[in-house]
Amino acid sequence: MEALLSLFVKAVFIENMALQMFLGMCTFLAVSKKVETAIGLGVAVVVVQVITVPVNNLIFNLLLREGALSWMGLPDLSLAFLGFLCYIGVIAAMVQILEMFLDKFVPALYSALGVFLPLITVNCAILGATLFMVERDYTFPESVAFGLGSGFGWALAIVALAGIREKLKYSDVPEGLRGLGITFITVGLMSLGFMSLSGVSL
Amino acid sequence: MTSAKEVVFKPLFDNNPIALQILGVCSALAVTTQLSVTLVMCIALTSVTAFSNLFISMIRNYMPSSIRIIVQMTIIASLVIAVDQFLQAFAYEISKSLSVFVGLIITNCIVMGRAEAFAMKNPPILSFLDGIGNGLGYSFVLIVVAVFRELLGSGSLLGYEILPLVSNGGWYQGNGLMLLAPSAFFIIGLFVWVLRSVKTEQVESAEFRIAPHAAHSSEGAF
Repeated sequence: MEALLSLFVKAVFIENMALQMFLGMCTFLAVSKKVETAIGLGVAVVVVQVITVPVNNLIFNLLLREGALSWMGLPDLSLAFLGFLCYIGVIAAMVQILEMFLDKFVPALYSALGVFLPLITVNCAILGATLFMVERDYTFPESVAFGLGSGFGWALAIVALAGIREKLKYSDVPEGLRGLGITFITVGLMSLGFMSLSGVSL
Repeated sequence: MTSAKEVVFKPLFDNNPIALQILGVCSALAVTTQLSVTLVMCIALTSVTAFSNLFISMIRNYMPSSIRIIVQMTIIASLVIAVDQFLQAFAYEISKSLSVFVGLIITNCIVMGRAEAFAMKNPPILSFLDGIGNGLGYSFVLIVVAVFRELLGSGSLLGYEILPLVSNGGWYQGNGLMLLAPSAFFIIGLFVWVLRSVKTEQVESAEFRIAPHAAHSSEGAF
């Protein structure tokens, strides 16, 4: 349990998906103008992340890994090269299911998230977490903790950035730096801040 | 009719995928600590974009629009698998240091974005060239960032020593920040600034402006 907790904390603060691993930057920069939408998107990312990382973990361990199909009499078969195709399929399907579920049962959240829900499919933070999980060979409980942590860390970062940008729009930025440029530099400073957490361990 | 030359060269400065369209930023930041790794990533991304554009454009008239995203995803994922297997076979060390970022080409918005915005509406050859052009625009930004980071961070380019480091008996004290995450953000931010100072039509309009000489009316209005 302690190991899982430390994995969670590590995924949230030390290996923050957005600020240290640079994943999901496109949506991170594009959808961080308002705190409200940032919170909605953050929640959606956490949910998708918590479902897809463990599911992909099961798929990798039970179907794709070398020797996983030995019960079928194929002990030497490794389908690991099919990984990318399966993971992105799972992610796309999960997002679709989540969309239908929210539409039916939580219409308020569905309309608040709007176009950002389908966009989660192409958010690199989601696929990135799955690929890190495969590369680091996490067990099933670890993959749950990692999925939760990485999603939460990403949500934390985008909400913080949205808060900063809401204030930043009142400042007098040099012309060429306005918009995208100053956002990059702000994110750089946030990333520096998060680096100071790198000594944290449980 | 857009000419082939325009399609290839326009994304370099006028419509740069990273600096203006905000596409494909993730990998731009993560793989730029070493120039050699960056070059491999650029070649991989350019070829995936070009070929996915080519194939998607070839079948664009036979594809029902309701399932086009899935079809595009499958084509892109298959191409990325091919690139990944190729790298593992012929450049194993570099494929290790790229780690998950080869796989992440699938979700790189440049590939999807160009497939959706260009290849669905244009003939195959032109789409192929558009893929190459956008790949070059991406490569251009990445190479600039990587040159700065490797030169200032570890005093070398492509592994060859340019600025002799103090630790090796030279005079240059390597800037450790350049090898860490935040420097990539700063360099791209400054890059955008330089680009927009030259191409002033790309400057974004301010969302909020302080009204001139409003001392009497707006006091306490917030």
